[in-house]
Amino acid sequence: MRPDQLSPAPPAAGTDPRRPAWLLALTGLVLLGFVLDIALGPVRIPVAAVVKILLGQPTDNPAWTFIVREIRLPKALTALAVGSGLAVSGLQMQTLFRNPLAGPSVLGLTAGAGLGVAAVMLAGGGVANGFAIRALGLGGSWTLVLAATVGAALVMTLVLALSARVRDNVVLLIVGLMIASVTGAIVSLWQYFSAPEQIQEYLLWTFGSLGGVVGSHLAVLAAVVTVGLVLAFASAKPLNALLLGENYARSMGLVVGRSRTLIIASTSLLAGAITAFCGPIGFVGIAVPHLTRALLRTADHRLLLPAACLAGAALTLACDCVAQLPGSQTSLPLSVVTSLLGAPVVLWVVLRRQNIRSSLT
Amino acid sequence: MPPPLPAPLLTAADLVVGYAAQKVSRPVAGPLQLSLWPGELVCLLGPNGAGKSTLLRTLAGLQPPLSGQLGVAGQSLAGLSAPARARQLSIVLTDRLDVGNLTVRELVRLGRYPHTGWLGGLTAHDEAQVQAALHATGTAAFAARPVGELSDGERQKVLLARALAQDTPVVLLDEPTAHLDLPNRVALMRLLHHLARQTGKAILLSTHELDLALQAADRVWLLPAGGALHAGTPEDLVLSGAFAAAFVHEGLAFDAATGTFALHAPTGPAVQLVGDGAAAFWTRRALEREGFVPTTAPAPLCVTVPPPGATGWLSQVADQPPQAHATVAELLRALRRGPAQP
Repeated sequence: MRPDQLSPAPPAAGTDPRRPAWLLALTGLVLLGFVLDIALGPVRIPVAAVVKILLGQPTDNPAWTFIVREIRLPKALTALAVGSGLAVSGLQMQTLFRNPLAGPSVLGLTAGAGLGVAAVMLAGGGVANGFAIRALGLGGSWTLVLAATVGAALVMTLVLALSARVRDNVVLLIVGLMIASVTGAIVSLWQYFSAPEQIQEYLLWTFGSLGGVVGSHLAVLAAVVTVGLVLAFASAKPLNALLLGENYARSMGLVVGRSRTLIIASTSLLAGAITAFCGPIGFVGIAVPHLTRALLRTADHRLLLPAACLAGAALTLACDCVAQLPGSQTSLPLSVVTSLLGAPVVLWVVLRRQNIRSSLT
Repeated sequence: MPPPLPAPLLTAADLVVGYAAQKVSRPVAGPLQLSLWPGELVCLLGPNGAGKSTLLRTLAGLQPPLSGQLGVAGQSLAGLSAPARARQLSIVLTDRLDVGNLTVRELVRLGRYPHTGWLGGLTAHDEAQVQAALHATGTAAFAARPVGELSDGERQKVLLARALAQDTPVVLLDEPTAHLDLPNRVALMRLLHHLARQTGKAILLSTHELDLALQAADRVWLLPAGGALHAGTPEDLVLSGAFAAAFVHEGLAFDAATGTFALHAPTGPAVQLVGDGAAAFWTRRALEREGFVPTTAPAPLCVTVPPPGATGWLSQVADQPPQAHATVAELLRALRRGPAQP
């Protein structure tokens, strides 16, 4: 085709002008959720005061400043990291496996991270005693992250190795479920032979919580999630090529093995680190990609990745606000809230859009 | 038509294609000597299982050859980096597409993959190439539609547009006419022939549409199961008998006189067919279906077809008076009763 024979391309034809608007709206939602998440809790702090504290201005109540700086800001930042990390990890898995049901939890990735955590927490006494983990500081948190990441990466590698042999996505999904089941069984077996106080610590971890990730832990989580997100954004172009399947991707010049490794590394880092610190938080990873695709009506990962980040963060912040149970002193486990509230929201969006078929993939 | 370049775009020497698993190599076809020239449309024909898809996948670099050399634009295919290879060869596969939200234009834009930077941003030149590919394939009208909503024929044209947007000298297509109805098959072949002429690309496609391939292809690569590949213009291959030989084991006889495969085995007596034109052609087909052996030599049974513009068939048994029939159906009815019960 000679370019001189061409008619000029119509500018930006086929792109939806509402897409930037959606990105802006999602950013607004994240900011709103961020401030609300800090304002709500056992001690209610006025939104105006929250904004003042966040901007570094003095307030009339020093206790508020302490609560925001030491407890709620770290928690809200954790929510940002968890929401965006899980959503991006799910998006990458769904594209890599070309399976709408793929996600960190369904294919055994979360279970693998859980096995890593269980190995550290339950491995009987020694340096990595369950009670000692939170008190271990930076060294301990690295151990935990490493264990969870290795666990997640092991499962992911296993699933991928099998995916090379199994061509059928449904069969692969069953394989993933079986791996998750086996991993879960190993953890159960481990619990069965462990001391009750060790099990309690592990059980609390499985409920999922954004609290308690402060100081050096938060720094570690933020660093690992940042690395995972950077890797994911660097994979935007390969992910787009993989939409057509591995053969087409290879014919277009993609080095499939290298890209696959990059995507696995990113997904395992994200899901592994988040699961290590906050426990298995279901639903966000599998549902937010669908929500994003339905809202933006695109399959372009250069748009989907940032949108999934924003949507995941907004949804997690909203769920954490609800988990505070306004007017109560207790808070609900986060993983319960994400599923109870998030699933109907996604169902509503997808069904209302009448494009369930096209939003899956 | 641009003047043909002196060098072939794609060459293969002693190429053996197949699969290697656990140290056991299972060759499917080869050794093959191949060359693709600029501006030609080549059809790869052969029975199922002869290795057409394997050969195409090997030529595209999707799987390594078991042995032999592959050259693209004067360089060894194995020595090219993946993006460099993707700038020389593009392929349309039979893989199922499941791309949901992707619009036609977005899918075609993916073809620019080997030409863009690490983020995949498209320049004005890239967009112009995409637009040209959409225009050349007649898909510009539905560029904004999601790929999932297209018909089979439309989707095949969009996949071709993606390969064209990749802007490679060689375009390979694996059974692009499968799942298409006859008008779409003809339209696609005509489009490919036109593209090869207009753009100077070498286009190689595998197909089971023998009659279409014989009409449209500049050259045919004939790949019989387990045999040696024959390359040549379709007419030479038909006249030399290579074409008939390639498909003979399927129990079919290729008739070089009509360019078709005989669907019906002859069981009845010879019939002398007198006349010519469309009426003679279709009468011959009807007689063959009934098991007769139409011939131009004198036979006890004789059928005369109406001259152009007229109707009315005459059948005559030996020296009895001729009978007139208004339609082919009546003629056949009479013949079924005819010689058996006079």
